[in-house]
This record gives sequence, structure tokens and C-alpha cells, in this order.
Amino acid sequence: MAPDAVATLPDQAMAPEPWRIHSVRRDVASNEVFSWTLYPEPGVEPGAAPAPGQFNMLYLFGVGEVPISVSAITDDGGIVHTIRAVGSVTRAMQDLEAGTVVGLRGPFGTAWPLEQPRGRDLVLVAGGIGLAPLRPVIHAALQRRSEFGRVVVCYGARSPGDMIFRDELDAWAERDDVDLRITVDRGTAAWRGDVGVVTQLVDRGGFDRRNTLALTCGPEVMMRFTASALERRGLKPEDIYVSMERNMRCAVGFCGHCQIGAHFVCRDGPVFPYPVMEPAFRVREL
Amino acid sequence: MNELLAIIEEQPFFEDMEPEHRRLLAACAAKCSYTAGTRLMRDHEPTETFWLIREGQVALESPLREGSVAFQTLGTGDILGWSWLLPPYRASYDARAVTDIHTLRFDAGVLRERMEADPAFGYVLMKHFAALIVQRLQAARLQALDIYSHGGPGHGA
Ligand SMILES: Cc1cc2nc3c(=O)[nH]c(=O)nc-3n(C[C@H](O)[C@H](O)[C@H](O)COP(=O)(O)OP(=O)(O)OC[C@H]3O[C@@H](n4cnc5c(N)ncnc54)[C@H](O)[C@@H]3O)c2cc1C
Ligand code: FES
Repeated sequence: MAPDAVATLPDQAMAPEPWRIHSVRRDVASNEVFSWTLYPEPGVEPGAAPAPGQFNMLYLFGVGEVPISVSAITDDGGIVHTIRAVGSVTRAMQDLEAGTVVGLRGPFGTAWPLEQPRGRDLVLVAGGIGLAPLRPVIHAALQRRSEFGRVVVCYGARSPGDMIFRDELDAWAERDDVDLRITVDRGTAAWRGDVGVVTQLVDRGGFDRRNTLALTCGPEVMMRFTASALERRGLKPEDIYVSMERNMRCAVGFCGHCQIGAHFVCRDGPVFPYPVMEPAFRVREL
Repeated sequence: MNELLAIIEEQPFFEDMEPEHRRLLAACAAKCSYTAGTRLMRDHEPTETFWLIREGQVALESPLREGSVAFQTLGTGDILGWSWLLPPYRASYDARAVTDIHTLRFDAGVLRERMEADPAFGYVLMKHFAALIVQRLQAARLQALDIYSHGGPGHGA
């Protein structure tokens, strides 16, 4: 790396600011998925409000730091993050209660491209915890509802018990200006909804192939098959966006930890136009 | 006939078919509604029918699984049934209407005769069903991968 490049790394970008967990919401019976609403501690000057699609680095003092997307933005400067406990840092975060102070730096990365020509249909396809990074898009689309044509939300979960934000899903299902489609991979005797993978909800169409923006977030294999289903429905690849995940360290494009080919997920992503990431989806065990 | 043709024309599944082929399909179709709970197909029983679901939900169930837990559901715009295509022309799962459903029901026995008599039509219909079967196979594979599980495949992080 060139010495002058090192010199331009802003100290600020690497220093976490203290933010307090104001409330904790636990969505799944196993407590494996939880949401924090965070507010800056007195004296902290929060930077620009994060845009839907961007992420923050959340730091648990003495344990470690993880990138987590923004799951909602409150009217009074709070940020909601939804986290699934999968490993050392996120499992340690799982037991924290309201009142705990954690470190936060960000927001980082690219946002979902919501500034599009008026009247386009918006198709959101979320799998599992992938609903969290798309949730602020739904909030924004509902606030600016007249700017979009049809709004189709497809959500796939492992089982009915693994669904997150059930109350919001119920509220969106009630609206006649949102076409909410939910499916689970594994049904139960009591489940009355759809069973099957989320791509089959895309196959049902109901949006204008020539004038649709599609955003998808979930496991890579799911995004890849979703993009294929969208293309099968006639969408151009450049109208499809994906959100990528890689392990991160610096989050500002310096360490190279998050690289996919020539792209840094922290700086050039996590939201990418599908054609940019399509080759990566075809590489085994990236 | 014109009404059936109009319904067929607006369905993505029949898109890009020649008008003449759509007419052949319409000639073998009838509008058919079923109440919730109706069994449309039973595992291992002969089937000479396929359906285009125009409204409502159908559950596909395997008698090999306990209780009636669907392994897949079909909905508006989906095609139900392909066992009529190949011998022994027997269903390989149960299909049950979950809600009241409105369908186009196709007489597949007659269609098969038309496919034999007109190989160009036969090839086109076979291609459409092959694409559908591939799609369902891929979906079943994805479902079996259990992608949302802990450390499931496809997580980049
Ligand atoms: C831009 C970006 C945004 C993200 N947004 C979110 C978000 O909103 N919510 C969220 O919960 N996570 C999100 N993640 C993923 C999150 O950062 C990781 O789950 C976290 O870094 C794991 O750290 P850990 O120390 O807890 O686990 P580690 O100890 O690093 O990993 C433990 C085990 O879990 C597996 N694992 C790691 N990540 C995942 C995963 N995502 N899913 C399943 N298994 C995994 C690993 O393969 C490993 O076997 C995002 C990642 C990126 C890059
Ligand atoms: S995390 Fe360091 S370059 Fe992206």
C-alpha cells in the first residue's frame, strides 16, 4: 500500500463512539435474533443518518467488532440494528440488556438505490435475517408510497417460528398498497401460508418486467436463485441489486479483508448491482 | 372458447407460444372451481389432468410424511400436475385445495394425443413443462439445503 494512502486513513473512522442500548426486542423463540435500538451517549456528535442498505461496525468492548446493517432509523436519531447470534461476537451480544453501552462507528458502505424514476415497481426479496437490511427500504417506500408503482415484498423464512418482525408483517399484509408474499421452507400443521423457497414467490410475477427495481438480501445462494427467477420474469440484470457479506476489519477500504475480486464490500458495497457480483456468485467457496 | 383462450393468453406459463398452439390448449381446457379441502390428486393414482391455478392455494403433500404437512404450496399462476406427461401417468404426491380455488383444468389425455399427432406442438409443450420441472427441482434442492440454518451454505461472512 502506498505510504500516502496510509496517511489518509482518518483516525475518526477507526474510533468507535459510545452508544447506549435503549431497548432490546427478541423476535424468535430461541432468542437467536434480537434488535437493539441505540442512541448516542451525551457528547457524541452522530454523523449523517445512515441510509437504508448501509451498515455500522458494532463493537462489544473486550470481545470484538462486527458489521451490522441498519434495520430501522427512528425519527429522533436512534438507530435499530437486528442481529442474529451466530458466532463469538454476536453470541456475546445476545445477552446484553437495555442500558448497556456498546461502541459504534459508521455509517459505512453503499445504500439501496431508492432515488429512481417515479412510478417504477419495487420488488424486495428477503431471505431469513435478510429482511432486516431491507426493512428500512419498506419503511421508506411506505412513507413515499406515491413515488412507486406496485410494491411487492417477498419474504422467505426457515419455518413459521423463525419469522422476524411478525407484527410489522401483519401490518403490511393488511395494506392494499403492498403485495406481501411470505413462504417458509418447512411448514407446520398449523401454518396456513405458503411453503417452498422464496424464488417461487418471484415466479408468480405481478410486476412490470420493463419497469421494476428489484432488491434482494439473504444467503448468497438464495440471492443467486432470486436473480435468476427475476431474469426469468424478464427483468434486466442491471435492475437487480444484491447486498453482500464478508468478514470485515477496517470497514473503510484499507485492510482488504472484505475483498471480492476487485471490489471492497465495505466501501464499494455492501449493496451492488447484480451484474457486478454475478461472477462472484459462480465462484465456488469464495 | 374465446374466454378460455383469453385466460391462457394472459398466463406467463403460456407466454411465447404460437397462437395456434394456444388454441389447441384452449380446446382441451375447462374452467373448474373446487372448494377448500378437495383432493385434486392422490399419490400413486392415475392422473390425466393438469391445472392452471387462477386463484387460491393448493398444498402438495406426501403420504410418506406424518400428518398433512405440505412440502410445497402452489398459488395463483402456478401449474399443478405433470405426471400425465410420462408413463405410468400416476401422481407422485397428494394435492389438496387449501382454500376455495378457481382453475383451468386441462384434459391431458386428449392433449397427449395432440402432442403425438403434431410433434411441433408436442415439442413446445414438452419444453414448457421441462422448464417448469427444472424450476421446481432447483427449488426443491434449495429447500433441502436448509439455507437459513446456522452456518448454512451461502453466507459470505
Ligand atoms: C455489510 C454487512 C452487513 C451485515 N448485516 C447483518 C445484520 O444486519 N444482521 C446480522 O445478524 N448479521 C449481519 N451481518 C453478518 C455479521 O456481520 C456476522 O454474522 C458477524 O460478523 C459474525 O461474527 P461473530 O463473531 O459473531 O461470528 P464468527 O465467530 O465470526 O463466526 C462463527 C460461525 O458463524 C458462521 N457465520 C458467520 N456469519 C454468518 C452468517 N451471517 N450467517 C450464518 N452463519 C454465519 C461462520 O461461518 C462461523 O462458522 C452483516 C455482514 C456484513 C458484511
Ligand atoms: S474491511 Fe478493510 S477493506 Fe473492507
